Amino acid sequence: MPELRVVAAGPQTTVQDRGRPGHAHLGVPRSGALDQGALRQANLLVGNDATAAALECLLGGLRFTVDHAVTVAVTGGLAQVSVAGRAAPWGSAVSVRAHEEVALGPVTVGLRAYVGIAGGIDVAPVLGSRSGDVLSGVGPAPLADADTLPVGPASGRPSAAEIAPPTPGRRELRLRLGPREDWFEPRAIDSLDGATYAVGERSNRIGLRLEGAPIGWRGAEELPSEGMVLGAVQVPPDGQPVLFLHDHPVTGGYPVVGVVEEADLAVCAQLRPGERVRLRIIGS
Amino acid sequence: MQVHRLGVDALLVECADLAEAMALRAEVERRRIDVRDLVPGARTVLLDGVADRERLAADLTSWPLAVHEAPSVDPVELATVYDGPDLDAVARRWDMSSQEVVATHTGTRFTVAFCGFAPGFGYCVGLPEELAVPRLESPRASVPAGSVGLAGAFTGAYPTASPGGWQLIGRTDAVLWDPSREAPALLAPGTPVRFVRA
Repeated sequence: MPELRVVAAGPQTTVQDRGRPGHAHLGVPRSGALDQGALRQANLLVGNDATAAALECLLGGLRFTVDHAVTVAVTGGLAQVSVAGRAAPWGSAVSVRAHEEVALGPVTVGLRAYVGIAGGIDVAPVLGSRSGDVLSGVGPAPLADADTLPVGPASGRPSAAEIAPPTPGRRELRLRLGPREDWFEPRAIDSLDGATYAVGERSNRIGLRLEGAPIGWRGAEELPSEGMVLGAVQVPPDGQPVLFLHDHPVTGGYPVVGVVEEADLAVCAQLRPGERVRLRIIGS
Repeated sequence: MQVHRLGVDALLVECADLAEAMALRAEVERRRIDVRDLVPGARTVLLDGVADRERLAADLTSWPLAVHEAPSVDPVELATVYDGPDLDAVARRWDMSSQEVVATHTGTRFTVAFCGFAPGFGYCVGLPEELAVPRLESPRASVPAGSVGLAGAFTGAYPTASPGGWQLIGRTDAVLWDPSREAPALLAPGTPVRFVRA
């Protein structure tokens, strides 16, 4: 079977597709690409079905070869792309000959680049998805140097489209209050609209850790563990919120003050530690 | 029963207690409600990705629920060797002999209330609240797959090796989690369970 060979995996590269919703009751996170729009573009550019799996590459640095001629495309975070040492465009379909090395430089705008490969990464799906879930370990593990991954047969035609490079955009997250806004000090809720938070160093595929004005609890009682949704903003007793991304635990024991709009999660996928975001309340 | 709205297409239903939450979860399933994820918790049921949220929110509070009704299917039997490292500690807490602990555990009809912690880890209820045990003060760094334990009034079995703070009373060879199976989790919510001596 045609293979992709990892020369250097970079800081963290995982296989991701649209994820595996529908198994949360068994304790299985949804997983899937954090920036679903970038995944969709990468697949579109190389002529793949929207369900194909691509590589999600944190901070860049990925280098690989494929043992047959193949079309690749890099989307999401902006990074220099080279093929056999020659510069290649970001955000376009790029033809690569067998065994030529494709290399990503560091991601300079955003945080996560997506690499679409014609035919898709064809690891065996687990519960309907090829996504690697860093919380539960379901699906393929993060890539390591010298790994090989199967590549599926190319089906569609590459697109001639060019993706506009990302710009440091409006960093605003729209939040719908609830279900547990009454667990917090009313003053803290009142000041949430327009509040800015810095993205914490320990952010990952499980959640974006936000650092700023604490959202104080009103009482001290414990919340029995309850189901969590994608985009939920959970607040531990220290008042520093955690915004749940695709590998979030399916249940949690801290109150959720609100849920971020799904369309804004792609912004979260591309925020770097230290960057600031503003919350905007859009109702409940 | 109180219905909260989350995001654009989810409902979190807060129930009077775990028994009501379990009955509501079963009722949502019985009615084949169109929902992407149906996630029971300790006192709640999350319906994530529902089609007609406002109508469902209005309807579900008036559903008659079969709270405490015995499940109609045969229990999953977990053959268990009762030689766990915490069996004696549990016996002291329950003020029984270890044989009586085993008799109590094998004599209880459990039901999986919800899953969490790890894929396929089912929290089984059935023990009376007075037999609740605390979690270990310091969790073990690694608990072998198949370990059968107690925490609070829950019992459960570790589907995969992981760190863990449950008091371990035994072990089972049952394959609790296999994602290649049609039903990957042996102990899915609503499943009746019995532990039998191996």
